[in-house]
Amino acid sequence: MWSGRAGYGFVAAYTVLLIAFGLVPTGYAVYFAFTDGGGTFSGLSNFSTAVSDFRFTPAVEHVALYLLWWLVSLVVLVVGLALLLHRLASRGVSRALRFLYYVPGALAGAASVMVWLFVLDPTVSPVAFLLRAFGYHTFGEVIAPGHLPILFTLIAFWTGAGGWIVVMYGALNNISQDVLEAARIDGAGAWQTAWRIQIPLLRKWIVYMLILAFAGGTQLFVEPQLLSQASVGVAGRDYSLNQLAYDFAFQNNDVNTAAAVSVELLLVGLVVAGVFVARSGFFDAD
Amino acid sequence: MTAKVRAVGVHTPGGTRRRAGLLATAGALALVTVGACGGGGGSGGNGSHGDFHPVKQTGGALTVWVDASRMDAAKLYQKQHPDVKMNIVSYDGDANGSNYLRTKVSLFDRTRKGWPDVVFSSQNNETTWAVDAGFTAPLNKGLIPESTLSGWAKGANTPCTVNGTLYCLRNDLAQTVLWYNAPLMKQWGYQVPQTWEQYQALGQKVATEHPGYLVGSGGDTWAPELYMWPSKCGANQITGPKAVTVNTTSAECTRMASLLDTLIKNKTMSMSSVFSSDFDKNQAAKILMMPGPSWFGGALFQGTFKTPAHQIAVAPMPKWSADPGSTAGNVGGGTWLLSAHSANLKAATAFLTWVTTSDDYQAKLAPGYPAYTSAAKSWLAKQAASDFFAGDISSPMQAAANEVWPGWGYGQFSQEAVWAATVTPKLTAGKTIASLLPAWQSAIANYARAAGYKVTQ
Repeated sequence: MWSGRAGYGFVAAYTVLLIAFGLVPTGYAVYFAFTDGGGTFSGLSNFSTAVSDFRFTPAVEHVALYLLWWLVSLVVLVVGLALLLHRLASRGVSRALRFLYYVPGALAGAASVMVWLFVLDPTVSPVAFLLRAFGYHTFGEVIAPGHLPILFTLIAFWTGAGGWIVVMYGALNNISQDVLEAARIDGAGAWQTAWRIQIPLLRKWIVYMLILAFAGGTQLFVEPQLLSQASVGVAGRDYSLNQLAYDFAFQNNDVNTAAAVSVELLLVGLVVAGVFVARSGFFDAD
Repeated sequence: MTAKVRAVGVHTPGGTRRRAGLLATAGALALVTVGACGGGGGSGGNGSHGDFHPVKQTGGALTVWVDASRMDAAKLYQKQHPDVKMNIVSYDGDANGSNYLRTKVSLFDRTRKGWPDVVFSSQNNETTWAVDAGFTAPLNKGLIPESTLSGWAKGANTPCTVNGTLYCLRNDLAQTVLWYNAPLMKQWGYQVPQTWEQYQALGQKVATEHPGYLVGSGGDTWAPELYMWPSKCGANQITGPKAVTVNTTSAECTRMASLLDTLIKNKTMSMSSVFSSDFDKNQAAKILMMPGPSWFGGALFQGTFKTPAHQIAVAPMPKWSADPGSTAGNVGGGTWLLSAHSANLKAATAFLTWVTTSDDYQAKLAPGYPAYTSAAKSWLAKQAASDFFAGDISSPMQAAANEVWPGWGYGQFSQEAVWAATVTPKLTAGKTIASLLPAWQSAIANYARAAGYKVTQ
């Protein structure tokens, strides 16, 4: 009886925070998106203002291209590294590797990006020789607009993927030894075990990772914003949709259109999550 | 031109991770939610018509926002006036177009409290939004006497004036001059160029005779102000409160574009920002000449580059041989704004007057050329006494202060940001400025329209 009430207590604290900092601001953003500066209902006009803005289409393209790079590299590398880690577990190096993978993620987000600002500047970078080998001698050459999706993917991977590797590793550990043993007896090698047993059993975790990474990726903001500041504008301060929303709100003093952009992002995130969940049988009981 | 001019080379990246963008928005919206209960959206009562109604004067501590370079000013005032209760807040001064002040003011407008009494900004265009937002108090309607206001250099307060009402005070001028290495010029037997044609010819000579040496830098966000403005290129002719004429393909623009292209090609014009680590490490010691604002002397040569004394000299900006006289551009020069919401107008006005006119700060401590004429004279005397510069810097600086081309306006959209995002990356990729002039024009027009301007091309 008492333990049940304690449970409500824990959930209540979370629920209050979720309402205060999740649902209320979201509801308020939706209200803004459908009203004008004076608070009267304006239908979809804020949405059409946003979509017809000359910065909107490039921003959508930038984010789409970035998402492609980021999601593909995330799935391939995170799953690959987790499998490798799992394989190495018996040899006693996995603990060190898990720590190593996790370290970048433990750095505060902005600090991680700051580290990359140094890494990408050939004058001060510890890997300047690599940058020079690619033919880049100045910061401006490294952060050329065409490189940005890959650079943001690198930064995001470095800061965010370690945690997912640890999660996947945990999920791999949950696969019954009997199943793996049976596969081995049937003659499956490491590759076949991974492809036919482990990856299918990781499917829900991969979908979960994709949903969160997609939602996070559409909100691309800090990487381009910091890079823009560091490059004094060369990297573009309206590169992503979130930056565009920020510009609408605080450069053009148009909070309503800014809210419309964020509501669009929310809708896209929800729809994509819905598709992933429906297609993957995410909520099916095992 | 909301963003934009870094006054004295402050690099201030900051922020949090991607999700923080959402968190910040959520936080902002939460604040907005609270504010909405108080009526939302409203602001103080001056508007853009000068009908200023001060809030109830309750006194109390004076809240002053300054950037790192102006911190000395606030501290000195506090030291000299221990009886004034001051709350000195350090912020980025809107450097690099951070728009921090505008963002905060729009939130304060909603929560109806929190505005600073006096604030420094490294942007000259704050009045383009601050007057409409009702944030700034009119200064020439009884707050500061005309006898004081007449002491500013001619045209210095133009960016602060809206419909004849003065809404801010210019801190420093940032007129462009030609900085050059006097001993090196002498040693190599070169004459300081008086025309842009001579400047280009000298650049070509340097490329063959002393490769690696520089005659300028076009890699900064303020390249348009340094080169296009003094060439009288009409990229940014603000013709009304919300009207701009943009023409980047006139002869005045193409002549400078072609000059820059020639010098970029022969590598005597650097494509790195003068405040980048790359420039500092590889090129700072290779400057023969460099067009730059008056603050380059202290902030760049003396401060960042640690150039040895008696090397750097100042000449007027070159003129085009077809033009009657020399024309200067302008790169920055900050402003001080007084809040219309201040409950302590008397103390705020006293501080504002002191900080902009006092020799103790403007002449003795300030890094930039003071906009207040008598302080500028003392500042120049101090520069002369510092024994850092080669020769007399006073006359070319004073002359340039009166030669800034008035055709380049202070709009709400950023010329620097447009140039940085549109032109610089393509220059890095090997295109010429001449070929990018139409793209530059359409980008300016797009950003101007987005900021609500009627654009004539």
